[in-house]
Amino acid sequence: MTTTAFPIQASGLRRSLGSTQVLDGVDLRVPRGTLLALLGPNGAGKTTTVRILSTLLQPDSGTATVNGHDVVTEGAAVRRSIGLTGQYATLDDLLTGRENLVMMGRLRHLDRRAARRDAQNLLERFDLTEAADRPVRTYSGGMRRRLDLAASLLGGPPVLFLDEPTTGLDPRSRVSLWDTVRELLASGVTILLTTQYLEEADQLADRVALINGGRIAAEGTSDQLKRRIGTARLDLSFATEAERHHAARLLLPSEAARDTGETRLSVPVDGVDELGHLIGRLGHAGVRVADFEVSKPTLDDVFLSLTEDRASTGPAPVEARR
Amino acid sequence: MSVQTMPWLTPAPPLPSPVRRATSASAVLVGRGLRHLRRSPEQVVLAVAVPTSILLIFRYLFGGAIDTGGAYVDYLISGVIAIGVGISAMSTTSSVSQDMTNGIVDRFRSLPMPASAVLVGHVVATVARALISLTTLILVGLLVGFRPSAGVLEWLLAIGLLVLFALGFAWLAALLGLLASSVDAASGYGTILLFLPQASSAFVPPETMPTALRVFVENQPISLVIDAVRGLLLGVPADGAGVAAVIWWTAITAVAVPLAAVLYRRRAVG
Repeated sequence: MTTTAFPIQASGLRRSLGSTQVLDGVDLRVPRGTLLALLGPNGAGKTTTVRILSTLLQPDSGTATVNGHDVVTEGAAVRRSIGLTGQYATLDDLLTGRENLVMMGRLRHLDRRAARRDAQNLLERFDLTEAADRPVRTYSGGMRRRLDLAASLLGGPPVLFLDEPTTGLDPRSRVSLWDTVRELLASGVTILLTTQYLEEADQLADRVALINGGRIAAEGTSDQLKRRIGTARLDLSFATEAERHHAARLLLPSEAARDTGETRLSVPVDGVDELGHLIGRLGHAGVRVADFEVSKPTLDDVFLSLTEDRASTGPAPVEARR
Repeated sequence: MSVQTMPWLTPAPPLPSPVRRATSASAVLVGRGLRHLRRSPEQVVLAVAVPTSILLIFRYLFGGAIDTGGAYVDYLISGVIAIGVGISAMSTTSSVSQDMTNGIVDRFRSLPMPASAVLVGHVVATVARALISLTTLILVGLLVGFRPSAGVLEWLLAIGLLVLFALGFAWLAALLGLLASSVDAASGYGTILLFLPQASSAFVPPETMPTALRVFVENQPISLVIDAVRGLLLGVPADGAGVAAVIWWTAITAVAVPLAAVLYRRRAVG
């Protein structure tokens, strides 16, 4: 089997479903052993991309290789190389957790002993030993997600597709799933993860690709993108105009020159350290702040800012946001 | 060999040949089907209790008024067995539809195996359910006066024909499950499988029916199975129904299997 430098590669993927152009030329390259987060709102084309890369759907045009195999012409070889965790836990409710795992192992052509041993191994790692012999229909949402991820690991696939793996999970389950993903990454797996959560991409991804309207709108490391997107803002209110002016001189000299007759001031902030610094300076100078608020750009803002120029030239895709 | 990424897991072996992939996956999924059978006793109960009730109702309630030229229970039993096969297949339609709608189909399709092996698992479970149903019916039949004259060979031929019939019917049930857009719709379609065997020579000889119905009933493939089984068990001539039934159900299976495989791929993509 080839050891390609980029186990996930796609170029010019296009696909329409019905009359909707879901993918409109997607290009991706994920270096071995890294995680690329595909970040975008519902309907942006995340799941369609994953479905094409995992051979569940054929592209109308464009090419893609996974672990060096063409997704259209070498489907079986691609499927041998991948694990897929879909948006909805894809498990057999009537079977127990253990039976589900053994079955998935056997369907990856492991022998019975290996499948049993690895199932036990996974149940322990994913903290499911107590529920191992209960039917999956009795599992909680978090347990199902863990089992679902475990099920895609049998056979040790070098490439993993995680399609919104934490949607609908409580914060604790989400953090624990993140830990597992980090562990997998450390072992050298190449991962494509889709998410609607900026924070999730921030936590896990080596690189982030923003997808919108079936196209990659921007790609880079989390830091690079954040700089493009903008930073958090500290919004301050003061009792008097004089106090505002005083604060502006301290914090935002460019604003101080302007006399707007307002009592509010909005200062860009880059991280918690700077926030503390700014407030400290106000305290030292004895400026009294009547009210304050810290706001961060939301995912919606990110997408609006990235798609503004496109919106004027063509119809903006209608997106259902959660 | 692939790059070993998770050292605590056994790496998947090199891709087996397409034939090996199909057979080993089918074996695993037959195991799944049989586990489902054990965990859904209500499906087995349905496949046993409904035809048994029909057997008793017709034997004791209506039987006295029906003249078939011999003991009515002897005539009735092969018809009720066919109805039992139909009911055994009913739940298959729902199970297949369930797989298609709850997402597990994506998991199966992302594995290195022909995804239609999943259908093989469902079909074999259906045949197993049908065998439980028909065994029960024969035993109950014997208790209420069924007196077969068949020797070992006739019994083997009759059971063989019924298994072929159950196999073909199970594939039809799977097809309906693939066509249904929801599990609810699937259980609606499933009732077709309950009624189809009743429009046959199951309860009364077709000679008593109006001509149009009679032509249909005498020639529909389920009647052929019923007539052939009846002939074998009672030692009466069946006018070549056996050969015709084998041809019919082999042909139905031969068409239904590739059709289901194609439909499975197509539906799964949607």
